[in-house]
Amino acid sequence: MRSSRVSTPGQLLDGTVVPSPDEPGPGQGGGSLAALAAQYGLTPSAQRAPIGKYLRELGHRWSFIMGFATARNIAMYTEAKLGQLWQVLAPLLNAGVYFLIFGVIIKNVSRGVPDYLAFLVTGVFVFSFTQRTFISTSKVITDSLPLIRALQFPRASLPLAYVMIELQQMLLSMAVLFVLVLFRAEPLTWHWLLVVPALALLTMFNAGIGLFAARTGARVNDFAQLLPFLMRTWLYVSGVIYSVQQVVAQHAQHFGWATTLLQVNPAAIYITLVRNSLLNSQRESAFGAKPYDAAKCKAWAFNSTYADHNPKASAYCHSTFISTHLWQLGAGWAVVALLFGFWFFWRKEVFYGRG
Amino acid sequence: MAEPTVIVDGLHVVYRVYGAGGDRGTASTALFRIIGRKTRPAIREVHAIKGMSFVAYRGDAIGIIGRNGSGKSTLLRAIAGLLPPEHGTVYTTCDASLLGVNAALLEDLTGERNVRLGCLAMGMTKKEINAKYDGIVDFSGVGEFINYPMKTYSSGMGSRLRFAIAAAKDYEILLIDEALATGDAEFRVKSHARIDELRNRAGTVFLVAHDLEEVEETCNRVIWLDAGKIVEQGEDVIGIIDKYLEASGGEKVTRDPVTRKRISAPEPATT
Repeated sequence: MRSSRVSTPGQLLDGTVVPSPDEPGPGQGGGSLAALAAQYGLTPSAQRAPIGKYLRELGHRWSFIMGFATARNIAMYTEAKLGQLWQVLAPLLNAGVYFLIFGVIIKNVSRGVPDYLAFLVTGVFVFSFTQRTFISTSKVITDSLPLIRALQFPRASLPLAYVMIELQQMLLSMAVLFVLVLFRAEPLTWHWLLVVPALALLTMFNAGIGLFAARTGARVNDFAQLLPFLMRTWLYVSGVIYSVQQVVAQHAQHFGWATTLLQVNPAAIYITLVRNSLLNSQRESAFGAKPYDAAKCKAWAFNSTYADHNPKASAYCHSTFISTHLWQLGAGWAVVALLFGFWFFWRKEVFYGRG
Repeated sequence: MAEPTVIVDGLHVVYRVYGAGGDRGTASTALFRIIGRKTRPAIREVHAIKGMSFVAYRGDAIGIIGRNGSGKSTLLRAIAGLLPPEHGTVYTTCDASLLGVNAALLEDLTGERNVRLGCLAMGMTKKEINAKYDGIVDFSGVGEFINYPMKTYSSGMGSRLRFAIAAAKDYEILLIDEALATGDAEFRVKSHARIDELRNRAGTVFLVAHDLEEVEETCNRVIWLDAGKIVEQGEDVIGIIDKYLEASGGEKVTRDPVTRKRISAPEPATT
């Protein structure tokens, strides 16, 4: 059995020596062909376009990206009897499960949060957008290999189309969420409009990590296997099912750095932004919403199991730098993720067809 | 001298295949591999093209012949820029395109949606698609089935629609990979006419075909590949095809000694 070493450039496993492109090969052509190409203005076919041109080409492909996303979304439910109704039914049932458990069976759970059900479902829907994007884009290059080997187009179209698929599904879950939130006696206010910029920033962020995951998943096949575990860890540190505020209030004195990390986590920031837009109870209980009162804040943070516990008393705690700069941080994360993800993906543009 | 459109300069293409052989693929062998510090799981390299150089000029129709696995399709993909070369370069005047959109289509969707999706994938704008839509459907001849999911099509209907979509675009450098002879006799005549049309409009055509008669009829040059290398190339299409037939043990063709045209294909011996 031959050992599975990887060949060094210019040397392949079967021992054939490949002439380096600089020195003329045996027999025909060699350097003179490159000169001929230059003379007639021919360009290498498998060459990465410069970033500006690449972006323009990507812009031309925008209708393909959206068309592909819509087509994939429709194709997902063509086998089901109820057909496209599942686009809405799936998030509805998802919310229904949480309602059954936290609205009917375990009624008075607060965990230091007013209106825990609305808090939870908002968190789950927003986080699952990121989670599903990350997992699906990590397989996009492998899944689309036949397409990549048949047609020439900017490869970034594919992960971006997958982000658009998840965006369309998330928007439908948002519609379900709006109805649920109204049922929870949360008032319809102008703050709801802030959902739009919050989700726009989240989509930018997800596009960035989608591009990152696409290249990583294409180059390292094990990445897709590891990802579900990473995503679950991320879910548990992002305050989807518990209040990050409470952890911060409890541990800020001794583990300041850890609570800072917990708050600066992009998933936590976007979830908080959407919660604050939709849920009156969240805005009222945000840090610093009421004048600072050390006793009330302390009672809220440490006595949440007592019967007379007021879940909205977190408003009496000091606001932190992060809790007052959520929008700036959300925008920062979105821009950084998108720029880095795009650059990272573009660097290996030519190699995605190799498999 | 004619203007060159495609220059292939010392091209090498290598496929990497993960998990092909090497070990038995069990958890214990994987563990031993990690302990033994062999970092990657058995990667097999397939050296599909081993050093090729040639120049194609405007107006050329080049036939590429060779056995299965000799690197014909890989060469086309490398020219189209879909497979990165390991070494060497392929230079082209503009984007070379493969004729084919199969991979972009979704079987679960209706023919209509697939026509639009396929055209978008080939880089057309919505306006162009609206202008060409009726022509594509007419050409494919699937009729009212255009509103049914493609998975309900017979294989002939499916390939007719796929061909109709792919042929709706004009190409500067056209790469055709076999399997043109799809559908029934009537459609075959139609598709050949369409290919000729595309070929006349394109600057340069590469045709991969096992149907050597078709290569003889339509190509002015031929490249014979074997095991990833060029065995022979040139403008003596008939001479090279005859040599290829002899080498691969194919049936000999009887030719008129003066015109060198095929007289008639001998009936295959029945066993």
